[in-house]
This record gives sequence, structure tokens and C-alpha cells, in this order.
Amino acid sequence: MAKSEGELTWKDIEIGAIVVEPGNTRQYKTGDWRSQVPTYNFDRCIKCGMCQLFCPEGCIEQNAEGHFEANLFWCKGCGICSRECPTAVITMKDEEE
Amino acid sequence: MGHRVGIEVSLAVAEAAMLANVDVVAAYPITPQTHIVEHLAELVANGDLDAEYIPVESEHSAMSACLGSVAAGARTFTATAGQGLELMHEVLYVASSMRLPVVMAVANRALSSPLSVWGDHSDLMAVRDTGWIQIVAENGQEAVDNVICAFCIAEDQRVLLPVMVHLDGFYLTHVIEPIDMPERSEVDKFIPPSKYPMALNPDNPMTMGAFAPPIIYSEVKKSQEVNIRASKDIIIRCWDDFGKSFGRYYHPVESYKCEDARTLMLTMGSFSETAMATVDKLREEGEDIGLLRLRLWRPFPFEEFRQAVSNAETLIVVDRALSFGGPGGPLCSEIKSALYNQDKKPKIVSFVAGLGGRDITVEGFETIVHRGREIAQKGSDQEYETFGVRE
Repeated sequence: MAKSEGELTWKDIEIGAIVVEPGNTRQYKTGDWRSQVPTYNFDRCIKCGMCQLFCPEGCIEQNAEGHFEANLFWCKGCGICSRECPTAVITMKDEEE
Repeated sequence: MGHRVGIEVSLAVAEAAMLANVDVVAAYPITPQTHIVEHLAELVANGDLDAEYIPVESEHSAMSACLGSVAAGARTFTATAGQGLELMHEVLYVASSMRLPVVMAVANRALSSPLSVWGDHSDLMAVRDTGWIQIVAENGQEAVDNVICAFCIAEDQRVLLPVMVHLDGFYLTHVIEPIDMPERSEVDKFIPPSKYPMALNPDNPMTMGAFAPPIIYSEVKKSQEVNIRASKDIIIRCWDDFGKSFGRYYHPVESYKCEDARTLMLTMGSFSETAMATVDKLREEGEDIGLLRLRLWRPFPFEEFRQAVSNAETLIVVDRALSFGGPGGPLCSEIKSALYNQDKKPKIVSFVAGLGGRDITVEGFETIVHRGREIAQKGSDQEYETFGVRE
């Protein structure tokens, strides 16, 4: 996208506000919605990937060590990963200002 | 050029859509629109019109199917009336906001309750702000001509907006009129082939009707508003081209015997023709009176309207709908706003008449003119008067 949403003027709007660039929701920072953030104790992680399967945002990625971790640009802090993790790796903590 | 036939106006409107060579019709029958869509179904079934006729389960579905069809690049027509127009209400906004050029004939009908199938403009007024271009016909010929023009206007690359052609239920839909039906070849020349520029295409994926957060919604609405206002010039040009090709000319504000008239009446729709007969009668009796008819309801033709009333002393507006608890007639309320900031403006008198199919006769309009002039001179403690209501 040439301009971000906040820079677009009414003259930049496509016919019918059609989005012509596929996949641009990736630029939408849903991490802003978060009030709790996942924290990790990877000592207990068995790398099963259950958290990634259950994440409704699809924002959990595997890091270099093979552990699964949420990308905070998109993570909305719903806590589903924490609830589903079979070895209690993930603890939700209040987001600090 | 063309051929003159005696035909029921509903059938003629259906044949106008056929002349425009529509690809898709998605419609649900409702009185008094029924004969329009029945005839289209017949034309498709008999092979006269090579189009897809989608029988849907409601008007909400009819309009939704139309959106999909236009988005796929097909020339699309539908028709409805009264309650049906209300049922498709939310989808009307989607059509205009997504800039999908559907053409729809509306057989104007009073809204329930009490149940009425007869004509007035309560359905027309309820869709005022839906973002559609809205043209009002006074007789069958105008309905036919404007359905043809509507495709030209809607599909113009600078416009790309849906268009409604309003024709009064029963008064127009169910009468047989002598109508000049244009020839297919002439209409083909007049309407360019449909080329919706954003048609759905798997090779060029895009998102239509997406979510817009507060940071972008105002910009989208502003662009829509600028677009519909700018469409006025293109509508006028289209009517001009139509006149050159077919010999019948249309204008945003039509005037009848308005030269030097100090008193003007303003109407919309079929009862304008009765009002014309009243003007004829009063002119013969030496009164200086004329009639204005609003043809283009949206975008509202501010300049043309202000110009048309610039020499009038009294303007009598006759509405065919009510705005409950509001200023009375919705048409008159817009007329007042259009003139409020003008230095020179006529005295405006508001009447509501002809609700739910109540006939207004030539004598009726004569009474309205005389009472209107009296109110203009002496004033009134009411916002408006309802003509002919039994007290």
C-alpha cells in the first residue's frame, strides 16, 4: 500500500472503497486491542504446537529454538493459547502502559 | 424512428429493460410492480430476451442478487414497490456505497399500516438518503425513456451509481398509454456496452464491501458524496444526447407555462399532469400561474431549481407523502432548505395531497392554488395543510 489508512484522503479512495491490494489486513495492528499479554516459561515447552492450532488470530510463530511464540503486532491477548497449552507454558499478564 | 404502440406502462417498462439488453433480472413480484417483472419473466422464458431471470425469495434477496450480478460485470435490472422497497432498504445503501450500477423501477406505493396498495410517495421519501440517483416519471413514455437513460447514466465510468426510476403505482403502472417504443438498433447505439471496471475476476483478486474503521470511513463517505453530486452534469448530458437521438428532452426541473408567472406550483410524479390541466384552465381565465415538476430527486438540482423560481412571488408545493411530526411534506421541506439562504425567494406554501391513492382532480388543484395564494397573503399558523382531508 502506497499510503497507510491514516494518510489516505477522500481522493485516494478506490471506486466503491474496493481494496485492490490483496492481503493488506496484515498491515492492521490488532495488537492495539490487547489488555493482557502472553508470557512464556519455555522450560516446560514440548513444542507440540497446540497453541498455534488454537490461536484465532493465526499470529503464533515458531522461533529459532522451535518454541511457539505470539507476534505481538497482531496478538489480541485473548488467552486461548494459555488455556489450551497442555504443559502450562503460557501465563497471561496484564499489559502495562 | 421508433414505433407507437398502445401498451400497458408496466409492460413497456419491462420492454425498455429488454431494449437495454439486460443480462440479469433478479426480482420479487409485489403490487403494483408485478406486471413489470411478470413480463420480464415472460420475455426471458419466450427467448425474446437473452438474460438470466433469478426468482428470489424476497426483495432483500432480489437486491442482494443484483449486487452480485453487477459486481460480476452483468447489466442488471430489478423493480419493486412500497413494502418491497422497504424490505430491500439496507441493501440499497450497499449498492450505492459500493458503486454498483443497478437500475431499478419503483412503482410508488403507500406504506402500511393501514395496508394500501395504491400510489403515493411514502416509499420514495423513505429511500431519499440511500445514495441512489433518483429520477421521477410523470407518464409511461417518461418511464420508458428514463429506464433506457438510467443504464446510460448508471454505467457511465464517471458515475457508476445505481439509479431508481420512480413511476406512480396504478396511476402509471396499470394504464394503457400510447408509447413510442424506440427501436432496438437505436437503443444499442445510445447505450454503450456495459464495462463495469472492477468486475470480479479470479486473475485480479480484490476485496469488495470491506470493513472500514473510523480512520477511513469519513473519507469513503466524502468520496461517495462528491461522486453523486458530480453525476448531475453527466445526467443532464445523457438526457441531452437522448433528446438528440429520440426527440424527447428531459431536464432536472421541468417547467410548464412558467414564463412571467408570479405563482408557481411544484409537484413530482403522475399528478403533475393533472396540475398541468389546472394551469391550462387558470391561464385561460387570465391568471399568471405555472407549474414546476421535479424530475431529478437525487442528486437534488439546486442551481436549476433556484433559477426556476427566481422570479416567482408564491411557490405552492404539493407533496404526496408526510413526514410525521416533522415539517409536513418532505419535498417542501427540501425546497425550503434550498431557498433558505437566498436573498430573493418566493413565499412558500406547503400542501400534502393524494395520500394512499386519493385522486386529486383538476378542480382539486384549482382549490389548492387559491387556498395557497390566500395563505401566502394572510399567513397561516400551520406548517402545512392536508388537502381534502375530512375534518
